[in-house]
Amino acid sequence: MQPDKLIMMANQIATYFKTQPGTGQAESVAAHINDFWDPRMRAKLSTYVETDGTGMSELAIEAMAFIRVPKD
Amino acid sequence: MKDFILPTSIHDDRDMGTPAKIGAPVTLTIDGFSITVPEGTSVMRAAAEAGMQIPKLCASDNMEAFGSCRLCVVEIEGRRGTPASCTTPVAEGMAVKTQTSKVKKIRKGVMELYISDHPLDCLTCSANGDCELQDMAGAVGLRDQRYTSGRNHYDPLGIGTLAQGDARARAPVGDLGNPDYIPADTSNPYFTYDPSKCIVCSRCVRACEEVQGTFALTIEGMGFDSRVSAGMTGDDFMASDCVSCGACVQACPTASLQEKSIIELGTPERSVITTCAYCGVGCSFKAELNGDELVRMVPYKHGKANRGHSCVKGRFAYGYANHKDRILNPMIRDSIDQPWQEVSWDEALTFAADRMRGLQDTYGKKSIGVITSSRCTNEETYLVQKLTRAVFGNNNTDTCARVCHSPTGYGLGQTFGTSAGTQDFDSVEDTDVMILIGANPTDAHPVFASRMKKRLRAGAKIIVIDPRKIDLVRSAHVEASHHLPLRPGTNVAVVSALSHVIVTEGLMDQDFIRERCDWDEFSEYAEFISDPRHSPEATEMLTGVPAADLRAAARLFATGGNGAIYYGLGVTEHSQGSTTVIGIANLAMLTGNIGRRGVGVNPLRGQNNVQGSCDMGSFPHELPGYRHVKNQDVRDIYEDLWGVEIDSEPGLRIPNMLDAAVEGTFKGLYCQGEDILQSDPDTKHVAAGLAAMECVIVHDLFLNETANYAHVFLPGSTFLEKDGTFTNAERRINRVREVMKPLNGYADWEVTQALANAMGAGWTYTHPTQIMDEIALTTPSFAGVSYDVLEEKGSVQWPCNEDHPDGTPLMHVDGFMRGKGRFIVTEYVATEEKSGPRFPLLLTTGRILSQYNVGAQTRRTDNSLWHDEDLLEIHPHDAELRGLKDGQWIKLASRSGETTLRAKVSDRMSPGVVYTTFHHPDTQANVITTDFSDWATNCPEYKVTAVQVSHSNGPTDWQEEYNAQAERSRRILPAAE
Repeated sequence: MQPDKLIMMANQIATYFKTQPGTGQAESVAAHINDFWDPRMRAKLSTYVETDGTGMSELAIEAMAFIRVPKD
Repeated sequence: MKDFILPTSIHDDRDMGTPAKIGAPVTLTIDGFSITVPEGTSVMRAAAEAGMQIPKLCASDNMEAFGSCRLCVVEIEGRRGTPASCTTPVAEGMAVKTQTSKVKKIRKGVMELYISDHPLDCLTCSANGDCELQDMAGAVGLRDQRYTSGRNHYDPLGIGTLAQGDARARAPVGDLGNPDYIPADTSNPYFTYDPSKCIVCSRCVRACEEVQGTFALTIEGMGFDSRVSAGMTGDDFMASDCVSCGACVQACPTASLQEKSIIELGTPERSVITTCAYCGVGCSFKAELNGDELVRMVPYKHGKANRGHSCVKGRFAYGYANHKDRILNPMIRDSIDQPWQEVSWDEALTFAADRMRGLQDTYGKKSIGVITSSRCTNEETYLVQKLTRAVFGNNNTDTCARVCHSPTGYGLGQTFGTSAGTQDFDSVEDTDVMILIGANPTDAHPVFASRMKKRLRAGAKIIVIDPRKIDLVRSAHVEASHHLPLRPGTNVAVVSALSHVIVTEGLMDQDFIRERCDWDEFSEYAEFISDPRHSPEATEMLTGVPAADLRAAARLFATGGNGAIYYGLGVTEHSQGSTTVIGIANLAMLTGNIGRRGVGVNPLRGQNNVQGSCDMGSFPHELPGYRHVKNQDVRDIYEDLWGVEIDSEPGLRIPNMLDAAVEGTFKGLYCQGEDILQSDPDTKHVAAGLAAMECVIVHDLFLNETANYAHVFLPGSTFLEKDGTFTNAERRINRVREVMKPLNGYADWEVTQALANAMGAGWTYTHPTQIMDEIALTTPSFAGVSYDVLEEKGSVQWPCNEDHPDGTPLMHVDGFMRGKGRFIVTEYVATEEKSGPRFPLLLTTGRILSQYNVGAQTRRTDNSLWHDEDLLEIHPHDAELRGLKDGQWIKLASRSGETTLRAKVSDRMSPGVVYTTFHHPDTQANVITTDFSDWATNCPEYKVTAVQVSHSNGPTDWQEEYNAQAERSRRILPAAE
């Protein structure tokens, strides 16, 4: 999984939820990713954000706190 | 006398003469029998309802009465003359006599005249035994004809004979024959037109007009010179506008229009009702056979999706089932650079099972997965997803709906609460205004397109939103009220602008919204959409749609009566595909167009079982019935039944599988009935993903493109060779019935079961009905479905359960599935794929009438006579700028890759937009498309690729390398003795 693609996908999701009214957009981004992404994709994204994070939108980074990352 | 009405059974496909009517009951007597029928019914149909067939030639119950043959005359008490029963409506108290000496004499005279201009070579005629003229001659008791045959157009040699065999025998040597004789037109690959056998009843002409809506046929000439003509004088059928739907052939009462298969094979002696394996309309057909030899496919009149109509694919393009390219023996190989080795089923399945288990041992449980097929049955799809969940132990299952309608599932699920269209096809008969967006039904869903056109001819309006001038913008007797030729990638902006006009001009249905939708969410949406940035004037520069046209279209939709929205992949295959689906749902709720006939949101599904494959739990995050794997209560159902633990995490989607394969964490794939190398975007990336896997199992009819990278090939069975069900675009579950035994020895569900058992599953299904019973047991929306129910009712639309025992033609009637309808804000976000100086044009891809998807089936039929190569459609202005002429070879290049194909200069295209199909592997149009995808579902953005078009002098290096690799890959070594 190239980080570039995961970053783009996460940013797309964040872009959508950023437009939605109300609060809790970061939780919504995370919920979408938790519901639709295989754990290895979430792990890869998490590792990338922890080590670099360049290119990730602010909301996508904020959402990382709510994304389930597998332990191993 | 006791009233009687014979119940119209679904198995009774008698021709009732004229169409059924809806109206107040009217009681009359026919030959003394009392019969009650709806007002408006013809006397002919009323008689048929009472079990009495009045002789007829020009009438048929799929078209309005014409009254030309005069064979159906009757006498009516108190009325003068002998009216035609087909054009005479019933009246209360009417007393009809169908067999008086007066009408019998007239009928005999009429038949005598018909026969005088018709060959009497019945014994050698292809319609012998299946000819209405022959039947009617018998019915009226014709025993002779007094007229002299002569210079009639049937008489090839002009020697005054009625039988052509006789004419040949009697002809003097060197006789040049009758100059008036017109030979049969055999130009169409599937049927012939023999003018000598035509009785000029006009049924074919009327079928072409009323049923198909193409208006390709007419009657030219007068008197004995009258004959059917396709197109202009001098045209044959192939040169005409005929779309080969077969309606004229079906309508013809003689052998004048006749299937070539009947001419070659004879009349069939048995039939089986089954469901077409092509598009998402899901037409019912009678497969007619002699023994196990399929003679023809005839659209079934009680098919609720097609109502007795068909298209060139379902009606005629079934020859692939016996094509020489079919692979009937299992094959294996250690690596993809080796030739295939034919082996026994046991050896192939053991090889596949050992490899897949070995990969799991080495790389982990989640290193393998499956792709289910929208071309396979519900039962087969259910088993494949069960294979990955119960045997592989993961959720790595996805389906080709990923690359077509996955945004429909997401968008309609979020707004309405269910992942499906809201209507049945019949609903269109009550529609006043249609919005058609991103779909081209005359090519991709032709049978439903005919119903749309029929409704348009009756006065309904249509708004077409499409970059191309498709046929429903303007064609025979069809003229769109508005064509909004938007730039590819701007769907959200256009749909939002429509809603903006409706909200800001106060045209919304407030009562509906207050009663049926969440008012707070609507208020937020209304505030959002009212912003001037969504106005047609503000978005015109972006979308290319003139603001005035868009405003007028919005007003028409909001105020024109029942409004229905039909859409296709031009909506979903975008980076904002899901957002557009949400926008469409908003538009329907705004205008109160949900929950009754004539309205609704109607996704037109591409393949026959897209709906079903999604219903069956093919997606990696959902178990059957669209229930997320994270829900323990849902997992419990399957864990209890299957005795395994279900993974609570979503698996990989198709694009994710390929990415993971390139990365090295996804190693094995079982791909049933799909050709992802040809159909999925960014071919080079797909090839890299497949090449990186250590075990690819392709289960298919042919060595498709994906099989070039496969290690195991398991031969598949056609839809003619198995039992099961397909679910069409209107959620209709239709039976697929075994017409002949599988040439490869096993139906596909049996092969999947054998693979599962080779991996230790211990499954014991002996018939697909048991699989459907398991689906019903575990899936609430299918709880009432069984083969017995389908046998009794013909078909049902889900949900079918205790609450809806007869199924659900219309959804969300009293309330949305999710409770309140949910308005969702739809902000336009431009795609990352942008045109610029290097790639100034935008490419969209799609389908053409005669071909289907990757063409694996239709390319192996005579349909290729209409379309034997992919062409690039380009606007004359864009062509001229580049010095390109129609028919020239051109190079099509994008950031992803390049290919060559020939140009078709056409003003159907908007300037700046080019279009091609993806039916032919020689072109591999998807080497051009990118891996951009929908934000919510990863559905690829096929419809927007920035490209450049230039001159070419031959195939690209990539094409040459690809073809060489494909040829090497297809080498087959026979099985060892």
